[in-house]
Amino acid sequence: MFLQQLINGLTLGGVYALVALGYTMVYGILELINFAHGEIYMLGAYIGIIALGLFTALGWTEAAPGLSLIGAVAAAAVYCGAVGATMERLAYRPLRRAHRLAPLISAIGVSIMLQNVVMLTQGSADKVFPRLSDAPTTFAVAGATVSALQLWIVGVSAALMAGLTVLIRKTRLGLAMRATAQDPRMASLVGVPVDRVITATFVIGSALAAVGGVMVGLYYGVVNFFIGYVAGIKAFTAAVLGGIGNVPGAMVGGVVLGVLEGLGAGYISNEYKDVIAFVILILVLIVRPTGLMGEHVPDKV
Amino acid sequence: MLREAKLLRPVGWGLLTGALLVPLAGAGRAAGFALAVAATGVVWRALQHGRAARIVADAAAAAHAIGNRLRSAADLNRRSLLIIAAAALIVAPLVLNNYVLDVLTLAWLYVVLALGLQITVGFTGLLDLGYAAFYAMGAYGYAIASTRLGLPFWAGLPLGALLAAACGVGLGVVTLRLRGDYLAIVTLGFIQIVHLVLNNWDSVTNGPNGILNVGRPRIGSFVFSDPAHFYYVTLAVAVVAIGVNSRVQSSRIGRAWMAIRDDEIAAEAMGVPTTRLKVLAFASGAAWAGVAGVCFAGKFAFVSPESFTFFESIVILAMVVLGGMSSIPGVVLGAVVIVVVPELLRGVQDYRMLVFGAALVLMMALRPEGLVRRGLPRRRLGTAT
Repeated sequence: MFLQQLINGLTLGGVYALVALGYTMVYGILELINFAHGEIYMLGAYIGIIALGLFTALGWTEAAPGLSLIGAVAAAAVYCGAVGATMERLAYRPLRRAHRLAPLISAIGVSIMLQNVVMLTQGSADKVFPRLSDAPTTFAVAGATVSALQLWIVGVSAALMAGLTVLIRKTRLGLAMRATAQDPRMASLVGVPVDRVITATFVIGSALAAVGGVMVGLYYGVVNFFIGYVAGIKAFTAAVLGGIGNVPGAMVGGVVLGVLEGLGAGYISNEYKDVIAFVILILVLIVRPTGLMGEHVPDKV
Repeated sequence: MLREAKLLRPVGWGLLTGALLVPLAGAGRAAGFALAVAATGVVWRALQHGRAARIVADAAAAAHAIGNRLRSAADLNRRSLLIIAAAALIVAPLVLNNYVLDVLTLAWLYVVLALGLQITVGFTGLLDLGYAAFYAMGAYGYAIASTRLGLPFWAGLPLGALLAAACGVGLGVVTLRLRGDYLAIVTLGFIQIVHLVLNNWDSVTNGPNGILNVGRPRIGSFVFSDPAHFYYVTLAVAVVAIGVNSRVQSSRIGRAWMAIRDDEIAAEAMGVPTTRLKVLAFASGAAWAGVAGVCFAGKFAFVSPESFTFFESIVILAMVVLGGMSSIPGVVLGAVVIVVVPELLRGVQDYRMLVFGAALVLMMALRPEGLVRRGLPRRRLGTAT
């Protein structure tokens, strides 16, 4: 049972990590907790369904299921990137100079709006993810069952995280992002286009969350307009667990949270598994607010 | 005027948001939405520039002047206005129907909640996102005590306050070292846990079904059951809350709280006992929430986990922010507005939440400092204090 829960946990953990990255990157640059990020993940799942529906109507899904899935993921990523950029531009940028609570409340407002737009346009009932193949392939490993989908999810998450790490460490954009996170004013003084970097951060974070959304939709088979809320809080917990603002921390935090939740669901209780995430959150913040991998930022007097 | 007002911008935004809406809502509705956004934006911008702006400004100035003339003609000063308002409030149940009374009762209830949160967030600057948890403590505490032990309402009030305040002390002690966003996150986790426990601890809280037949307030054999009765009860509690908060705001404790809000380290350096006062801020705010919770349970005779969520905390926080954080009249106004306006929108029920979300975003974009400018207690110069 341990191995099975571990595998399930790793799968979920990969998705949590993808969504957590968005939270942590935005916090690192703007010191803003983007409450609406969970809704982006939900939007990604819905766009994935809509895109797949379109492809099926065009006959592409029959012909090339793998490609149409990739197409759906790409569509979701692009769409959510656009939504993220628009969100930043309309709801957060005007508030750069206002007091601390303003962007937070604005974020909550955006979150409520996105949830309700989807509920009003797509209905409040669960939406079913189209099946891609009739017989899901599974493997038996040491007493546990691993499905091909789970392997795929873990693989894609790992690949995306690796890609993001390369982007941040080796490219100019990544350098600009790190500079802006460290000190936005200084960065703009040395010529970094801070506004564009911030927009890019939102776009990347949203795209990652969208991929996570599509994968979760595939995994569970159904989505509804409310999944963003719970997943958002958990992914946020993961980001805090790893140290908010810390990119590798978010990856680690996501995986750890996923595994802990999987094990908890198996060994403690399935109903209270959501509580596990919140209890972890509170414990981490009380005992070690900077998270597993965060640096301690001293109070400057 | 076209170029100066940058009228093309709203058109651009309209097209962009419309395009994003297409996959979800279809081309027709998205196009309609795009048009609406573009038109609103264009009109908004146009009104801010050129002749239209001058006309609007002149009209506003004229209205202001007329208001002043009327006031001086009737020789009304602040005290008289307050007396008139008080009389109107007291007489209201005789002329208004039950529905309006219920809405007003809810408004007074939220005034109490908003004032409590104002102590924590507005005065002391402690961002509490889990305030609804204290509200739940009061409501469920009284509900359980009433249905299992037969505790009367009037004894339930202090019980609810104490229970909630104890939780406030707990939360305050635990979060002492946390600053800003981290504090917010912990309080967020707190309300999530409380909500989950309320939903799942069936033996005590009855889970999602809630607790029915909670005892109504009674004096002797007279039972408070009419909407008018609860109107007066909640109005009385709200008035007490306003009075207490006003006194506290201009007291030493209130000033110490505001010192902590403005600069905790400086306050500590000046001798303010920040630890004690932060815990006190949490406890005081929580106590008001507990009282409001008991009133809620007593009025509706029913409690369920659905009323005590993170969203509820956010609504109360919005009232405080809308009211301008440290202004008591502002927060009262904010609470009343946020309770009453959705009732006026009842006709478009489905869109209520969407409008609320949009209102939050717009409110922050247009006027983040709230309805009433930051109201600092005014001191009369020349008198010894």
